[in-house]
Amino acid sequence: MQKISFNKILIGFAFSPNLKANVFEAIRLADFFGAHLYFLHVGSKSATKKQALNDLLEESPIKLKKVSFIWQEGKPVETIIDQCKKNGVDLLLLGALQRENMVKFYMGSIARKLTRKAPCSVLLMIKPSVIRKPSQHVVVNAFESPQTKTTINSAFYFAQALGIPKLTLVEEIDRSKVAALAYDDRSLRKVTLRKEKLKRRELSRVREILHHIPGILKENIQVHLQNIFGTRGYSIGHYARVVRADLLIMNAAENRKSFLERIFPKDLEHILSELPTDVLIIQSKDNG
Amino acid sequence: MGKTNTFQNFLRTLPANIFSGFVVSLVALPLGLGLAIASEAPPIAGILSAIVGGVVVAVLGGSQLTIAGPGNGLVIVLLSSITLLGKGDLYQGYLFTLAAIVISGVLIYLFGLFRFGALSEFFPASALQGMLAAIGIGILSKQIHVMLGVTTASGSPLELLLQVPDSVLYLIENSSIEVLIAAAMGVGSFLILILYSKIQNPIFQLVPAPMWVVLLAIGLSYYYEYIAVVPYPMGKNLLITLPENLLGSLPFPDFGKINSIEFIGIVLSLTLISCIESLLSIKAVDKLDPLKRRSNVNKDLRALGIATAISGFVGGLNVVTVIARSSVNVNNGGSNRSANLFHALFLLLFILLFQDQIQRIALPALAAILVYTGYRLAAPENLIVLFKIGKEQAIIFMATLGMTLAYGLIPGIAFGVITTFFTHIIINKSLFLFTRNWLKPNVLMFREEDSGNYFVSVKNFCNFLNFYKLKAMLDEIPETEHAIIDFSLCEFVDHTVMEGLNDYRRSFKNKNGVFEIIGLDVHFSNTQHPFAIRKVLPLPDFLSLNTNLTKRQQSLKKFAQRLKWSYRPELSSEAADIEQFEYFKTKQINYQYNLLADESKRFKLFDISYSEGAFIAKEGLKSSFLMIELDQNLPQFILDKEYLLVGLYEARGYKDINFKEAPDFSKRFFLTGKNRKEIQKWFTPEIIFFFESHSYFHVESNENILLIKGRNRLSSIEEIKKMLAFGKELTHLLNNR
Repeated sequence: MQKISFNKILIGFAFSPNLKANVFEAIRLADFFGAHLYFLHVGSKSATKKQALNDLLEESPIKLKKVSFIWQEGKPVETIIDQCKKNGVDLLLLGALQRENMVKFYMGSIARKLTRKAPCSVLLMIKPSVIRKPSQHVVVNAFESPQTKTTINSAFYFAQALGIPKLTLVEEIDRSKVAALAYDDRSLRKVTLRKEKLKRRELSRVREILHHIPGILKENIQVHLQNIFGTRGYSIGHYARVVRADLLIMNAAENRKSFLERIFPKDLEHILSELPTDVLIIQSKDNG
Repeated sequence: MGKTNTFQNFLRTLPANIFSGFVVSLVALPLGLGLAIASEAPPIAGILSAIVGGVVVAVLGGSQLTIAGPGNGLVIVLLSSITLLGKGDLYQGYLFTLAAIVISGVLIYLFGLFRFGALSEFFPASALQGMLAAIGIGILSKQIHVMLGVTTASGSPLELLLQVPDSVLYLIENSSIEVLIAAAMGVGSFLILILYSKIQNPIFQLVPAPMWVVLLAIGLSYYYEYIAVVPYPMGKNLLITLPENLLGSLPFPDFGKINSIEFIGIVLSLTLISCIESLLSIKAVDKLDPLKRRSNVNKDLRALGIATAISGFVGGLNVVTVIARSSVNVNNGGSNRSANLFHALFLLLFILLFQDQIQRIALPALAAILVYTGYRLAAPENLIVLFKIGKEQAIIFMATLGMTLAYGLIPGIAFGVITTFFTHIIINKSLFLFTRNWLKPNVLMFREEDSGNYFVSVKNFCNFLNFYKLKAMLDEIPETEHAIIDFSLCEFVDHTVMEGLNDYRRSFKNKNGVFEIIGLDVHFSNTQHPFAIRKVLPLPDFLSLNTNLTKRQQSLKKFAQRLKWSYRPELSSEAADIEQFEYFKTKQINYQYNLLADESKRFKLFDISYSEGAFIAKEGLKSSFLMIELDQNLPQFILDKEYLLVGLYEARGYKDINFKEAPDFSKRFFLTGKNRKEIQKWFTPEIIFFFESHSYFHVESNENILLIKGRNRLSSIEEIKKMLAFGKELTHLLNNR
């Protein structure tokens, strides 16, 4: 398990109507973690742009100590990735341009590229707001994957820092593992039993992980475990919507080894194409 | 349940299954002959497929109560195949068709093997109904001429229908005894079939209607031979001929046209229609099963495929699961697959022993059976029901019907699917909703950790295109559990889904589980019907339906006002716990409406629409009921007029309870229940006198609830008042004991 901490946060910003909300969210987050905040604009630097940003920072009730500004021209994705690497950034913030479906979709596709290549964790905010709306409920993936331990640990770290009171760990039970179809009474019993078995196994695995999380991180957080059945990666987003969670924390994509895995998107790709809530993607070095 | 226990159970129910198999064979014989004749195949072909189907499916099948044999749906395909491939030579066409049947059998087997049982779920319910109606019209349009004794009519179904006046004219112009007797036999047979269910004579009801027709037709021929001693005035072309030596003359399929496009098209049509008809039937029969077993449809498909291939090799037609005969099986106490086997064996016995008698059956009689079958498939009631669900359903139905009649089955059903999809696009004013989300998983299921309930959430849209995904999840929930289906994230739910969910609700209820649908409050539907389309935004006005109260409903409303009771006219699929009563064990409740209730909700008066049997054997019924909640627990009993019902309940292990001291009561009433002693104790002379001195009602008890049923139709206001008085007096009597 790798210890994740967010000491350097970078926000890529554009001059959109959402700029203020995005900037305020970034400042709050950096404040929570006591982090160094980098503002990155992909585009030319001009006096008016600089002035607009400065005005926003003036307006913010929180004054950060460590702030840097980067103005650089180039292709958005590559430039952002470069700067993250150069500055050793831990967390990349992306504010959504939530206007139209198509824009959201476009945003999803940039986000997908970024998360695939980013050397650090990524937080996608679908509804950034000027005034703080504290998160109430985080849903965290607890799939069987080498990264999961780090992700869960980071989730507690994040929830603790932001004071999120409720955290649900979700194990998705792969339908293919049930390996049987319920077509009559007998096979239904078989399927039900298999599912129970899988569920118990999953639960004990997640409890084991929970057991290793430092107690200080778990303080004042209500933890729930939930099994869901569905298409892997996709259903957790659906679940987050059903339980009205406001943040979903996921593993970064596993390294794609086979050609087939590249063609059939899974896990993250599904989430990114729908963006049910804010999504935090934890990049860990445990990547298999 | 141990092995010996299962075997003992099998032996115990064997007599009932043999009996049921026998009754089914009485129906199967005329239908088999008739369906083969309607397809222009040799009459024996229909019986052969029933025999092969009965044996093979009984041994290899995955369902318990279904009966296999030649199906209605295939008549149209087989008919066009035999005429098309034979190019005028019907026998040669038949041989080519046998080859198509063999190959379709192999395909059906593969469908079962690869679990394509879900295939039928891609068809919208209303489009399927339209297709079935078209099949019905196809059968009816041709056979109505034969029923009138005219065998020369030919053409497409619509042309044939237009020729009906010609055939009637022909009758009037050539009114010889030969012509008239054929027509009289046809029309007479048809009347028997229509009036059969109306005649409540127990002895008459012992023999199924189609068998009456056959018996009368045979009887008439004997009358001419032995009593009138004149030649039977029936044309040779109107009598059945069976091969002299049944086993020696088996035809062999001719695979000569296997490469032609026509042939391939026929194979595909046969396969598709067989699968659809069988799957629909299997599911419909599952709903009738008193033991609530779930059939393994894919195993059944495999068995049907093997049976079809064998049947084709020996000269028989496609073997499908047939609903009419299956529901006869259920109604006569069949309880496992052996009934299917016995039906086949009895048929074999019939054609070996009664060859001469079978050849005396005149075609008009068989044609009458087919006209009736066709009419049941195409009955205008089906359209009216759909119209009540929503105008768009009626449009889909008519579009599929018209297209099928004009261009055949496959273009017809394809057009039905397309029409359905277009209505969905129009209603939603969005294609994007469907294209964007079609292939995405839209169903999430989890078991709530605290309550143990299964929670299923559906998002985006849910219609016939992706209902299979939801079904796959729902199928994995044991029906004894509590399931909650949430549609609040779903923008659009169609009729096929609503109807499908109602089936789930029913099967959960049967097994004491709970199936709740939530999140539809934000949706609008344009009719009150529980199966109507649901959509988040209001539906366009042009689809809205006028929902005024009928005269009877207005009187009910006034009556309720006078009693200071509440009155709710609307339909509801939640039928006030009524399904637990024995009376409804083999019946399906469609919906409850016109609910009158007193303030304490102890007395509830309501109408129920329910059905016996399924599909074309379906008897749609509406009756009025009174349900009373008492302070005391009663022993579970059923009280009814003493007549044929007795046999039915006895088949399910209920015995008539009689009282020595009340011979009149014992003679007039059939009383039964699980705990004989308790019932005898409870039926004091006072209570017996009460029942003796009042009019007959079907009365059932379940714990502290009394159910009183009116007639086999809706009760009039007067009758409802009588029923209420009866219930009140009975309650009064019980409370003052």
